[in-house]
Parts: sequence; structure tokens; C-alpha cells
Amino acid sequence: MRPRNTRSDTGTSDMLIIGCGNLQRGDDGAGVIAAERLRSLGIAAEFCVGEASELIGAWSGADDVIVIDAVLTGVPVGTVHVWDSRHPLEYGKSSGSTHGLGVAEAIELARAINCLPERLRVYGIEGKSFEIGSGVSPEVERAVHEVVTRIAAEVKAGQ
Amino acid sequence: MSGRGGRTITVDTLARVEGEGALYIKMAGDRVADVKLKIYEPPRLFEAFLRGRHFSEAPDITARICGICPIAYQMSAIHAIERALGIKIAPEVRLLRRLFYCGEWIESHALHVYMLHAPDFLGYADVIEMARDHREVVEKALRLKKIGNRIVQLVGGREIHPISAAVGGFHKTPSKRQLRELVSDLEWALEASLETVRFTSTLQFPDFEQDYEFVALRHPEEYPFCEGRLVSNRGVDIDAAEYEDCFTEFHVKHSNALHSMVRGRGSYLVGPLARFNLNFEKLPEVARKAALGVGLKPPVKNLFRSIVVRAVELVFACAEALRIIAEYEPPDAPRVESPNRTGVGQAITEAPRGILYHRYAIDEHGLIVTAKIVPPTSQNQKQIEDDLREYAAQLAAWPLEEATWKCEQAVRCYDPCISCATHFLKVVIERE
Repeated sequence: MRPRNTRSDTGTSDMLIIGCGNLQRGDDGAGVIAAERLRSLGIAAEFCVGEASELIGAWSGADDVIVIDAVLTGVPVGTVHVWDSRHPLEYGKSSGSTHGLGVAEAIELARAINCLPERLRVYGIEGKSFEIGSGVSPEVERAVHEVVTRIAAEVKAGQ
Repeated sequence: MSGRGGRTITVDTLARVEGEGALYIKMAGDRVADVKLKIYEPPRLFEAFLRGRHFSEAPDITARICGICPIAYQMSAIHAIERALGIKIAPEVRLLRRLFYCGEWIESHALHVYMLHAPDFLGYADVIEMARDHREVVEKALRLKKIGNRIVQLVGGREIHPISAAVGGFHKTPSKRQLRELVSDLEWALEASLETVRFTSTLQFPDFEQDYEFVALRHPEEYPFCEGRLVSNRGVDIDAAEYEDCFTEFHVKHSNALHSMVRGRGSYLVGPLARFNLNFEKLPEVARKAALGVGLKPPVKNLFRSIVVRAVELVFACAEALRIIAEYEPPDAPRVESPNRTGVGQAITEAPRGILYHRYAIDEHGLIVTAKIVPPTSQNQKQIEDDLREYAAQLAAWPLEEATWKCEQAVRCYDPCISCATHFLKVVIERE
């Protein structure tokens, strides 16, 4: 059983945090870096490439999930989106990473087969460069810091 | 888009391929005037990225090229480096590597057959739409994929990418007991794969046979993963070290990725059809029987039937994993030490979507001087263009939207891992 972050405010549930992406593809590494930072703060976080079926397997059995991923929607780089899975996500357009079926598709697929966690939020960090071998851009770096701070505060408040 | 009484079919993105892709087809009446598979990202950045790095880093770096087939990249890198350094691995390690590869094939084929390819045949836009009517099919696919993933995690260790595979062996090897815990799931997976063969064989396939040059590894005793000679149905029979003598890469104006061809001949096909046609007799009996039971026997020349061949390879991967687990004894040492020497080594392994070639030159400090990587999708690119030239001509009388959709489906038959060869790619079809 993987470690999760206990949340007293939700009674029985634990919070599962998953950072998605590829560290070798520029801003696509944002979710992974955020998960690494959370771990360094003592907060349990998982890593995932971001492929849909892998994600559905990763959150299987969890009822409070946060997914962090780089996205490409056309708004200014470094923007932090927060999507709640209670509302349908427009899949196929949001993910800037290289996975065929990504986070949004994972959510809609899980909804279709009735295995969506009770609560699932996506922290989408708007990226701009997904080039091989490059690091994350400064705007994304700042956004990662913001996301980590917000999630850490939430976890701390729930303990 | 229409122009001077003609028309253009545009597929801006190829959905359900790894990465994004684009294909441009220009029609002049019922004749195909031009086909271009466009690739925008320079595919060789990882080769540059590897230069100057210690060889021991190559398995981890190359595993990050692709989220779907990291093991293929690790295995080709490791085998090439071991050949460069003259390293001989323990038989138990060799067996474990085959098990590792079984895990990746199960993951990749389950994903492609059910979640990427089946919706095309069943008339759905995507797997999400399909899941609303066929929930049990998607659940089966997810369970199959998870079983493949468990093998990969157990053998390879994993955070995002497998981390245990190393030059000379593994950093850590699993116990017999750990592997035996996989047996009941794999027995279920074998049955599910047999059902998958039966299910895929009932799909309707377009009448589209081509006279391919099939290229795959061939091993004297086994269905190939990491070893064997590279052979074709037109006389290729070489060691990996001769790959660049036999195959050549060339730039085309419309693509940043290099196209491959057999020197002096032309395009060739790698992947499940090639493996199946060149190695049918090496499949375990259960897989051979499953294929023959649905009337599938070599040579299979219809690309659309690759979905059935992938299902047969799922059966093989499950049966092979069970065989290996039954025989497995942990090695005395998880890996052998690497000697300090210079060398050049080449290796080819069978990624789920076809052969993956790596070459490394290593200096006296263990640093990589040059690296060359030729991914399977890159090798199939010219064949994809050649096929679409034929297929688009067959669709000349079809309504534009349906013809476009059909062409996109044809490309999907290759299970193109565009992120291996490229990152972003776009597709356009034009009719005059």
C-alpha cells in the first residue's frame, strides 16, 4: 500500500497526489518537479508518465486525488489552472505532453466506466516549451512553486 | 478546403498516436499526386544529449524518450553497450530481461488493441465513447495493462521510468516468491488474451494487402525480443553490427525526422506483422493455435489485421512470462561489473512497434563519444507514406470527411510512436 496523506477533514479518506510528465521534455516536467518538491517537504506524492490507463490504475481505490500536470491551452505561460472532475473536461486539447491519452482523457474514461475518485482535482501548469533536453521555463518554475505551496498548505490544514 | 474544383483533406492532428502527427495527401482526381508524412521535431536530440555522458547513464536517459516503451530503449541501449564492452551476462539475467520485455509488450499491446485501435473498427470516435457501450472491454484492457505494468515494476523498479535495468544486469533482482505472485494474474491475462484474439478476428478489415519487405529479428529458438539476426523476406540476414551497411537513412524536405530504407531497394515494414510472418514457427503452441484457430497464418499482408497479430503477441507475452516465472532462479549476482575499455557496440531489440537500433562508441573513461538511435516509427515512416499512396487512391470516391478518417485509421495500424521519432506532427490530405 502506497503512503498517502491523511486528511482529517474528509473523515475516512486519504489524499493521493500524482505528479505527471517527463523531466526530459522541458515544461512537461512541471508535474514531476512539483511531486519531488512535495516529497522533500515530507508529503507523499506519486510519479506517473501521465498515460491514461496508468493514471486510472494509480488512483484506483483512492477517493481524494490531486493530479499535477503541464498543459497547453493558449493562456500565458505559468498560469495555474485548477479543474475539478465533477465538471467534464474537454479532452484531447489540454495536455501538452507526449502521451497519446492524457490526464483529461483518463478522467473522462474513468467517468465512463464508473471508477472516478469521489474527489479529483487537476492542477494544470501552463507550459510553452516541450523540447527534448531543455529544463522548465522560469514562468513554469514559479508556477510549480505556487502549486507546491498551495497543496502543502492544504495537506497541512487537513492533518 | 477546396481549390480549383479539387479538394483538400486536412487532418490536423493524428489522435491516439503517441505524440502528435500530421499526414499530407494530395489527390488529383482518383490519382494520388503526393504523400508526405511530416515530422517537425528533430528526432536526434537525444543522441546529442547522450554524448559525453557516462555509459551507465544511457539506460536511464534513453528510457525517458518514450512513455510507452521505456524498456525497449533500455534494452537496446544496454545490449549495445554490453557488446561495446564485451560483457557477458548471466543466463538468469537474460531470462529476466525477456520477462521485463513481456511486461512492456503486454502493457503496450493491451493499450493499442483496446484503447487506441478497437474504437476504429467498432465505429467510435475514441475509447471514451466506446467505454460507454463496452465498459467490460475497457475494464479488461485496463486489467491487462496493469498486469504488464506489475511485471515492469517488479523487474524494473519504477518511479516514473524503470530504474533497475543496468549495463551488466540489474541493480536488484526479484525473488522467486515475488515473481510467483504474478502467476494467477498472468493466467487470467493469458485467457483474456486468447479472448482478445477471437474478438479482434471478428472485426471487419478493409481489403488492403501490400507486398511488404518485412524486417524483424529472428532467433533460432525463440520468438524474438533482444537477440537474433535481423532478417527479411527478401534476403536480409545480418548481425546488428551490419545494420548501417544494409539500411540507410535520408532526409526528406518535408520532415525533420530521417526516413529509412533498405539500401538499393526501398521502404520496409517493422513491427508485429513482420515478427509474426518471419517467426511464426517460434511462437509457443498456445499462440500458434490461437492464430490458426481464427484463420491467421503467415504471410499476413493486410496492415489492418495487425490488431489480430498484436492480440496473438499478447498471448505469446503472457505464455512466455508464465514459462519464465516457472523456470526462474535468481542470479548469484544481479549484475557483472563493467570493464574499463573503449569500444563500439550495436544492438537491435524488438520494441512493441518494431525494431529499435542503438549504436554507441565509448572512450577510455567510459564516456559516450557517439550515439545513434533509429526508432521503429522512424523506420516505418517511408512505408507509411507508400501505403497511404495506395490506400488514398482506393478512397478517391469517398466523401472527404470519411476518407480522412479512414486514412487516419490506416496510420494508426502502425501504432506509430511519434514521440519516439518526433514530438509534434501534423496531417493534411488535399484533393484537386
